[in-house]
Amino acid sequence: MKLSRTLQIASSPHVSSGASVDHIMYHVVLALLPVVGFAVYAFGLAAALVIFTATASCVATEHFLNRLNRRETPVSDWSVTITGILYGLTLPPALPLWMVVIGGVFGVGIGKYLFGGLAYNAFNPALVGRAFLQAAFPQAMTHWSEAFSPGRFTDLPSSTLTIPMAEPVYDAVTSATPLAVMKFQNATTGVPELAFGLTSGSVGETCAALILAGGAYLALRNMLNWRIPVSILATVAGLSFLMNLIAPGEYASPVFMLFSGGLMLGAVFMATDMVASPITNAGCWLYGLLIGALVVVIRYWGGMPEGVMYAILLANAVSPHIDRLIQPTVFGTRPENGEKKDEQEGTA
Amino acid sequence: MLDNFRRSTFRHGIHPEEHKDDTRDLAIRRFPFAPTLLVPLSQHLGKPAKVVVREGQEVSRGQTIAEADGFISVAMHAPASGVIRKIGRVPSISGDLVPGVYLEPYPASTQEVADGEPCRLETATPDDIISAIQRAGIVGLGGAAFPTHAKLKIPEGKSLDTVIINGVECEPYLTTDHRVMLEQTDDVFMGLRYLMKATGAGRGIIAVEANKLDAVETLRKACPADLPITVEVLQVKYPQGAEKMVIKALLDREIPSGGLPLDVHAICVNVATTAEIGRLLPHGQGIQERVVTIGGPGIVKKGNYRIPIGTPVRFALEQVGVTDDMTRVFLGGPMMGPAVSSLDVPLTKGTSGITAVTRAETGAHGERRIYPCIRCARCVDACPMYLNPSQMGILAKNECYTEMAEEFHLMDCFECGSCSFVCPSHIPLVQYFRLAKRMLRKTARPA
Repeated sequence: MKLSRTLQIASSPHVSSGASVDHIMYHVVLALLPVVGFAVYAFGLAAALVIFTATASCVATEHFLNRLNRRETPVSDWSVTITGILYGLTLPPALPLWMVVIGGVFGVGIGKYLFGGLAYNAFNPALVGRAFLQAAFPQAMTHWSEAFSPGRFTDLPSSTLTIPMAEPVYDAVTSATPLAVMKFQNATTGVPELAFGLTSGSVGETCAALILAGGAYLALRNMLNWRIPVSILATVAGLSFLMNLIAPGEYASPVFMLFSGGLMLGAVFMATDMVASPITNAGCWLYGLLIGALVVVIRYWGGMPEGVMYAILLANAVSPHIDRLIQPTVFGTRPENGEKKDEQEGTA
Repeated sequence: MLDNFRRSTFRHGIHPEEHKDDTRDLAIRRFPFAPTLLVPLSQHLGKPAKVVVREGQEVSRGQTIAEADGFISVAMHAPASGVIRKIGRVPSISGDLVPGVYLEPYPASTQEVADGEPCRLETATPDDIISAIQRAGIVGLGGAAFPTHAKLKIPEGKSLDTVIINGVECEPYLTTDHRVMLEQTDDVFMGLRYLMKATGAGRGIIAVEANKLDAVETLRKACPADLPITVEVLQVKYPQGAEKMVIKALLDREIPSGGLPLDVHAICVNVATTAEIGRLLPHGQGIQERVVTIGGPGIVKKGNYRIPIGTPVRFALEQVGVTDDMTRVFLGGPMMGPAVSSLDVPLTKGTSGITAVTRAETGAHGERRIYPCIRCARCVDACPMYLNPSQMGILAKNECYTEMAEEFHLMDCFECGSCSFVCPSHIPLVQYFRLAKRMLRKTARPA
């Protein structure tokens, strides 16, 4: 008997860790679900519609554009779903849905597809979409409804279903965000309200505890570089602590700075977009430092109450330069290497 | 668990599934002779050996059939008693035909090996030991197959304080070094005595990973009191068996880029190589066989076997039996072992294992969708050489090979495959790097 087989030829390694991009992306979606759940709980039907519309418009845009160019649709890799959910979470609850669609199409079409799709987006597409809306509809983007309003599960704000291109009419009780209150009235909001999301704000930015839990889940699974959020939050805390020390009345306290606005959502889920952040750990620390510093500068001295979005977009732009600047030090290329041991070993 | 974290290791690296349980407890068994043995003249790095027999000549097992040609070269010995049928070209793992000898063993050929001129530890000078190791045809049995004696000659201006015996064996499936440490403990220490005398090193360290604690215990018990030798336990991590990694883990010294272990005052010899030195030198014999793990889900009688050099892979697999769904065979472990394209390829001194797997292991692996690099940095965190595989992968795809070498230290990559293993985009990173190195060598050669 002569053994004979058709053999498969492949270059080693013949085994793999089993990790895959769609698996990572899917887990990011899972980590976002509690935040989505809380958003719906806090802002009711309007929030559910905003998040759903945002996600659907992003997914549909990517699907349609790829089909248009006769490419296989990549929506099954979950990455555009993340973009959609994140984008939805950054919007005000009562935003007219037609504006939500426009931002989604812009974010994915210009922010992602035009750059070459997954892995080529220089900027976080969700933030590109939001930035576009901020520039196009500044009033609608700063109209905040109150969290936990009694009729939130039964009634929709009249602005939600505004017909496209019409001026939205607001009927709901409006409320300023803690950051706006701080900026324009110089009054602070209590920490428990901030940490557990009992304030007004964007759909998904209000509950810091759930955002941190989602981030911790991803960090433990090695699907998120924890150095980025830690660096951002530490920088914001450090700088605001210093400023607060110099002029306590004028500048908000570190705790308020950390838990208000979109900082948590941005630091944990937006800034950590792997494609648009540096690849080395040292680079990630620097990148976080940059975002943190920009957030503090914009909040304290800028014209707007919130600056997380612009801080991240600016840092995205700098990220390739950070990679140029900081590369890993290759094994055996440090100049002092090996020599320092000599005296203790004492060989002739 | 906590114990493992306290043990020393190198930075980065990966944790592939070990798959060593099937064969770790199986004692080494002898193998019969194949009808024809194919002995390549270059089973080592360096110049091929010079044939000293002629076609039709009868040889006895252990007889020298080819001599070393120059310093970076070693001798070859007849793996069995028989007739030299042909001197020509034999198939090799690379796919090329290489110079080699066809030996037809006598049907009644015994395992007996004739003694040569012994190299006595007590009376031999360092140079005697070095040339005896060269004459015994000894090369690194861990896989690299670098002539061992060439490491022992300390050049002017270099100094050496530590001989490291590498019993790490970090490749999945392989258990040959593990069995050698358990079964040839005395040979290991004898070999280490030769190595220390040849180099004049002040101490010896035997490095073993924490998944072979029985070997550690056996070695510690048998450790001769008159020698400055310690047995160190390292964390289990791939690719710790690489020379640079094991030296980093044990001594916290980094071999400079492009340098040798001697640059950090150490040499590193595989434990099976050491055992062969200890076994062969006192009798003046040469390598005729080596211990090989035949394992993987495609094999019926998995085990550790002492197999004559030159045995064709087909014969070896026929002896142990393969399953019907076996689809891929590679020599060595799954991380670095090259796949076999023809079963006629013979086992050489550098072959530490024959691993056969089925579609269940490789099917999905070969047909996975390749995504673009999402810069997740897992390869950067895995690379034991602290390279940037992500960036080099992008450059390789665009054929920027020179930039890879000049700016990203391509030549420091020793192709451990950790980057490809972890990549969630399934980018064939290390495969790209092999190709890039080849292309660079091609263009560097003067026309």
